[in-house]
Amino acid sequence: MYTQTEVIKDTTTAKGAENELVINMGPQHPATHGVLHLVVTLDGETVKKIEPHLGYIHRSIEKMTESLTYRQFTYVTSRMDYLSAHINNLACAMTVEKAMQIEVPERARVIRVLMNELTRIASHELWIGAMAMDLGAFTPFFYAFREREMITEIMEDSCGARLTMNYMVPGGVMHDIHPDFQKKVKAFVQQFKDKVTEYEDLVTNNVIFQSRTKGVGYLSKEDAISYGCSGPVARASGVSCDIRKIYPYEVYDKVEFDEVLDTAGDSFARYIVRIKEMNQSIRIIEQLIDTIPEGDFQAKTKAVLKPPKGEFYTRVETARGELGVYLVSEGGTTPYRIKYRSPGFSNLSALDHMARGGKIGDLMATMGTLDLVIPDIDR
Amino acid sequence: MELTETKQVQSDFPGEIHPTAGGGIIVSSFDGLINWARSNSLWPLTFATSCCGIEMMSTASAKYDFSRFGFEVTRATPRQADVIIIAGTIVNKMGPVLKRLYDQMADPKYVIAMGACAISGGPFFYNTYSVVKGADHIIPVDVYIPGCPPRPEALLHALISLQEKIKSGLTREQIREGSNV
Repeated sequence: MYTQTEVIKDTTTAKGAENELVINMGPQHPATHGVLHLVVTLDGETVKKIEPHLGYIHRSIEKMTESLTYRQFTYVTSRMDYLSAHINNLACAMTVEKAMQIEVPERARVIRVLMNELTRIASHELWIGAMAMDLGAFTPFFYAFREREMITEIMEDSCGARLTMNYMVPGGVMHDIHPDFQKKVKAFVQQFKDKVTEYEDLVTNNVIFQSRTKGVGYLSKEDAISYGCSGPVARASGVSCDIRKIYPYEVYDKVEFDEVLDTAGDSFARYIVRIKEMNQSIRIIEQLIDTIPEGDFQAKTKAVLKPPKGEFYTRVETARGELGVYLVSEGGTTPYRIKYRSPGFSNLSALDHMARGGKIGDLMATMGTLDLVIPDIDR
Repeated sequence: MELTETKQVQSDFPGEIHPTAGGGIIVSSFDGLINWARSNSLWPLTFATSCCGIEMMSTASAKYDFSRFGFEVTRATPRQADVIIIAGTIVNKMGPVLKRLYDQMADPKYVIAMGACAISGGPFFYNTYSVVKGADHIIPVDVYIPGCPPRPEALLHALISLQEKIKSGLTREQIREGSNV
């Protein structure tokens, strides 16, 4: 364990070469988006090495789930990657459904996909605001939150909560959607289409933004694969890894959407991929919003869920990449072991490689476009 | 100033008057003025460990806008901050860091515990080995906000409560003993 006193000793004695300087970024730092601790070795302004130190928000979620029942354990995962709370819940619910072979009604499947895509947009909206703030622009934050608030209101109507929704349960969704759901989603889609050009004017075509992100934090296709990157980070390097396309779940095989790919591999490419992904999410929502089938929103399940003995694995595409849930069941009412394969952890592992040789100012751009959520990494 | 004179001005003077010899009037009315000024320019520290931080960002955004109450100057360094909003879970590894952040802040300093995790560990109360069961085990807390995560309105209410608390000019001990705020 790397304690605080050791870190301070490092800075004063400056191990290694004479010109090297070791500085600590975090755990309290506005650009680390939480409590990530980076030990950065510098030669002048050039980054020589980055050592991430984790565990400042390790809440032992995996161990906790071993003592929670199959109905309870989905709720804790909302707090894991809280920006993709719906998608985390869905991954857990799908694992239980897969183990118990529960048939989910069509209506629930469509609602799930709609909620997932709304979550994805909300997550990317927040990311635009936070990343622009890291790069010194404050206005995009307000623009992005204007649309994001509309989504949180839609979530609140149907799910009862703004952020940690706990809406996906094994067998379907917890309640039926709010009567105003379709109307509000359509209003949001319209607003988003009108306003997305503002982001283009404000951020994408901004000369300062472009010169700070183009060519910064390059990640090649081979490296993206070998570091296990997923989501927009890998897709910006040209790796086709969208779980919605490769292993379609729910109704993703019935809707039309493109997997957004870019080959530049730099911070700007990661930005463009996320912007285009939001447009694809809007496309999916538009296809489904008018044709939500009638029927039950939840399959009839037993009060106490007891999956059979065995090992089960499910993967979904969160806003950050591939989330895998590995469940070992002993046939009891609680899981024997649960392992989450979180996208943020693998994406963070590539940070050292991406930032090495760059300037420390560029580290902000690189880290900002990785879109890290620290509780997702530490769990 | 003689004590007899203080009794004469008492009827129309807004400040508190203590029967102490010399300058009693000026000191006590300055206290009120300073507390009023302090309560309306609280600079929070950008400290967020998990989910509640997102609701804190929502509160900062245009719809809720906590700058209406004088909180918009969020500071990244504890040396410039007046209030620390503990937004999120505090785990054992983070505990010493939180203590150090609090120690680095200049007096007077205030603490708001936002969300169930900062109050008591919240959803991570049972069956975990790494979560601090309440941030008040580490640093003293002025205002608690329940919720997981609390709504932005709840955070605004907490900020207003903190302002009222500062304006009343009482210490934590006095409030705990049951004085009226």
